[in-house]
Amino acid sequence: MKFEFDIADGDFAKAGTSSSQVKHILKQLNVDTKIIKKTTVAIYEAEVNVVAHAVGGGKLLADINLERIVVEVADLGPGIADIPQAMVEGFSTASPEVISMGFGAGMGLPNMRKNADKLEIISGVDEGTRVVITNYI
Amino acid sequence: MKVKDVVEKLNLTVFGGEAGLDREIKGGYVSDLLSDVMGSTDEGTLWVTLQSHRNVVGIAALKDLAGVIIVKGFVPNTETLEDSDREGVPLLGTSMETFEVAGLLYRMLADDAELPG
Ligand SMILES: Nc1ncnc2c1ncn2[C@@H]1O[C@H](COP(=O)(O)OP(=O)(O)OP(=O)(O)O)[C@@H](O)[C@H]1O
Ligand SMILES: [Mg+2]
Repeated sequence: MKFEFDIADGDFAKAGTSSSQVKHILKQLNVDTKIIKKTTVAIYEAEVNVVAHAVGGGKLLADINLERIVVEVADLGPGIADIPQAMVEGFSTASPEVISMGFGAGMGLPNMRKNADKLEIISGVDEGTRVVITNYI
Repeated sequence: MKVKDVVEKLNLTVFGGEAGLDREIKGGYVSDLLSDVMGSTDEGTLWVTLQSHRNVVGIAALKDLAGVIIVKGFVPNTETLEDSDREGVPLLGTSMETFEVAGLLYRMLADDAELPG
C-alpha cells in the first residue's frame, strides 16, 4: 500500500500532520505498537526537518507491506553539506526563530537513527534531501 | 494517579483536552526541547514545559502522553486549545516555575508508587 502526503513549506502549525496520518494508518493495519512508536518518532523528525530547514516544502511517501514500512521524506533543498556532521547529536543550523520554539537541539537525525532499522540520507548542497526510513514488521 | 488528581492537587488550569483527564499517569518528563521529548518520553508521561505552541500538542498526541503542564503562566493560543480538545490531550497551566511544579509532581508520583523517599 502506498500513501503520499504534502509537507508545507515553513508551516510549523501543520508540522506533524503527515506523521500523524501515517500513525493512524499503521494502527488500522494492526502493526505492533512498538514498531508504530519508533516509526512515528523517525518520520516526525524527518517531516519537521523539511518544515524547519527546506525551502519549498516536500513530500512524504509511505510504502507498507506485510514485511516492512518504508517512508521516504523528500524536499527540494538547500540540502545538507556534510551528512556525518549533521548526524552528530547537538549539531544544528536552525534559525533563532526555530530555536525559540524548542526545535534546533540537533537531536532529530540521532532520533531517526535510533528509531529506524535502516536509515538512508541522500543529499548535497543545492540539491534536495531524501531521507528513507525502513522499519521491519 | 490520574491527570485529574494532579489538576486538583496542584490547582492547575485546564486549557483543553478534558476528555483525557481520566488517564493514568505513568511518569513525568521535563524539557523544552521538542526533539528531546520526542526521543525520550513514553506513553502516559506527563510533560512539563514552558513551550505553549501547537507543536507541543502535536508531539503529546503522537507520543500518547498523558498531558502537558505549561509553566510560568504562559497561555496557549486558540488553535492550540482546539488541537488539544480534538486530540483529547489535557493541556494544563500553572503560574509556578518548572522547578517547583516538577518537585511537587515528583513527590506525588513517588508517593503514589510507594517509592521510598
Ligand atoms: N531536510 C533538510 N534540509 C536541509 N538541511 C537539513 C535537513 N534535515 C536536516 N538538516 C541539517 O541537519 C542539521 C541537524 O538536523 P537535526 O534534525 O538532527 O537537528 P535540528 O533539526 O537542527 O534540531 P532538532 O531536530 O533537535 O529540532 C540541521 O540543523 C540542518 O542543518
Ligand atoms: Mg530536526
